[in-house]
Amino acid sequence: MEETLKLVFPYVVILVGVLLAFQGVLMIVAYTVLGERKVLGWIQGRVGPNRVGPWGVLQPFADLLKFIFKEDIVPNESSKLIYYLAPMIALTCALMPIVVYPFGPTITSIDWSFLPYGIAEGVHTLRLVIARIDVGVLFVLSITSVGVYGIMLAGWSSNSKYSLMGGLRSSAQMISYELAMGTSVIGVVMLAGSLDLTEIIRVQMGSPWYMRWFIIPQFIGFVVFLISAFAETNRVPFDLPEAETELVAGFHTEYSALKFALFFMAEYVNMFTVSMMATVLFLGGWYVPGLSHLFDVGSVPYALISIGAFIGKVIFFLFLYIWIRGTLPRFSFRSVDEFRLEVPASARPFEFDRDDHSCVLPK
Amino acid sequence: MDMVSTALFFLFAGFAIMCAISMVYHKNPLYSAISLVGVFIALACIYLTLAAPFIAIVQILVYAGAIMVLVVFVIMLLNLDDEPNTSRLRYLYALGGGLGIVLLAQTLFVVYAVSRTPNTAVDPNATVGNTLDIGRAMYTEYLLPVEIVGVMLLMAIVGSVVLARRLSQPALELVIDNEQERVNEELGLE
Repeated sequence: MEETLKLVFPYVVILVGVLLAFQGVLMIVAYTVLGERKVLGWIQGRVGPNRVGPWGVLQPFADLLKFIFKEDIVPNESSKLIYYLAPMIALTCALMPIVVYPFGPTITSIDWSFLPYGIAEGVHTLRLVIARIDVGVLFVLSITSVGVYGIMLAGWSSNSKYSLMGGLRSSAQMISYELAMGTSVIGVVMLAGSLDLTEIIRVQMGSPWYMRWFIIPQFIGFVVFLISAFAETNRVPFDLPEAETELVAGFHTEYSALKFALFFMAEYVNMFTVSMMATVLFLGGWYVPGLSHLFDVGSVPYALISIGAFIGKVIFFLFLYIWIRGTLPRFSFRSVDEFRLEVPASARPFEFDRDDHSCVLPK
Repeated sequence: MDMVSTALFFLFAGFAIMCAISMVYHKNPLYSAISLVGVFIALACIYLTLAAPFIAIVQILVYAGAIMVLVVFVIMLLNLDDEPNTSRLRYLYALGGGLGIVLLAQTLFVVYAVSRTPNTAVDPNATVGNTLDIGRAMYTEYLLPVEIVGVMLLMAIVGSVVLARRLSQPALELVIDNEQERVNEELGLE
C-alpha cells in the first residue's frame, strides 16, 4: 500500500499541477475576453459589458452558457470528420505549449513531512513548471506550426468559398511569419546557449545589470518577435483571415455554437501562450530584479511574488494586443505580403528588393 | 516503469500503423495527407519515449509542421475532388507489389536482427538525444556529411529560385505575345 502510494505520488503531483495550470490559464483567457471588450469600449468612448454581475465580471460565464445552448448547425456538404476534427486540433495545439513554461522559481522551503505515510520522502523541491524539457523553444515553435492545420482544415472542410479563402489566407500568413518568429528567437538562444526555457531565465538572472533582460541586447529581435506574434495569432492588424467586410467571418464562417467557441478560445489561448513566450525570452520570465534581497530564494513569498510578476508581464502583453486592436486598422493582403518581406528582414544582414522580391546582399 | 513504456509504445505504434493504413487506402488526397501527419506525430511520440526529445521535436517541426502543411496547402488550392482514373496505372500494381515484398523482407530481417541482440532498457538519463550532444556530434564527428547535406540544400534553394524566377522583360513580352496569338487562333477557329 505504502509502496504503491510512494510510486504514484509524483504522478499525482504532476496531474494536480497540470489541472491547476490549465484551470488558471483558462480563467485568465476567459477574463481576457472580458478585458478586451471593456478596454475596447473605453478606447471607443463606450462603457463595455456591465450587465452580468457587478462591473460585468460574470460576462464570460454568460457567454459560455450562450455558446452551449445555441443550435449546433453542421453544413450538409461538409467533410464531416475533418469538420469536427479542426476545432479540436486548433484548441489542443493552442493549449499544449503551456506545459513547458516555467511559471515561477523552484520552491525549496516547504517541509513536506506533514503528508501521511511519508509519501513525500525524498521530495525537497517543488518546481513550478509542468515539464522541463531540453528543447522547450523548439517544442513551442513546432506545436504552433501544427496548429495551422486547425485553421486550414476548418476552411477546407466547411465547403464554402469564404471559409476556404479565409483558411488559405490564414495558413499562408502563419507559415510565412513562422520563419520570422524562428529567426527572431535565434539571438536569445545564442545568448543563453540553451533551448531550455528554465535555463534561458537562469542566464538572464545571471547576466550583468545592463542586459539583465534580453530585451536590451535583443531589441530588434523583440520587435520582430512581437510583429510575427501578432501575425501568428491572426490578430489586428493581421486579422485578414477573418476580415468581416470581405470574407463574412473567414475560416469559421460555417461553425456555430461550441465549435465556434473552441476556435474563439484557441485564438485567445494562442495570444496567452505567445505572450508567455515573449515574457520568458525577452522580459526575464518570473524574475524580478532585486527581489532576492527582500526574501530568501526558494521561500514561498518569493515564489508567490515571482508568479505574480510573471502573470503581470503576460497581462501587459495581452493589454498590448487589445490596445493595438483599438488603435490600428487592418492591413490589405498585398501589404501584409510586402511587410513580411521587408520588416522582419531588416533585422538581418540582408535587404529585400521591393520590385522582384529577391534577396540581395547590402550594397 | 518498464510496463508503462511498453504500453506507450504499443499505443503510439498502433496509432502510427492505423494512420499509415488509412493514408494508403483513402481516395481523397487531403485525408491521406492528414493521416500522414498522424503517422509523423505518432513517430515523434515514439522517439520521445526512447529519450530522444530533439529528434522528436524536429520530426514534428520539419515534417508535420512544414512539409505536410505545404502539401495540404497545395491540395486545398488545386481542390482535387474528382477521383483520378486509376486504370492507366495498372502496371504500377506489379511495381508496388514487388516493392512491398522487398519492404516485408526488410522488416522481417530487422525483427530477426533485433531478436538476436540482447535487450537493453532505455536509460532516461542518457544524454545521447540531447541538443548539445547532437550538435557536438554533427560539427565534429559527422562534419563532412553535414557539409554535403548543406551544399545539397543550397543547390535545391538555387534550383527553386531559378524555376520560380521572374522572366526578363523581352522574354516576358515574347511569352505574352505567343499566348495572345494562341488565344486569337482559338477564338478564330471557333
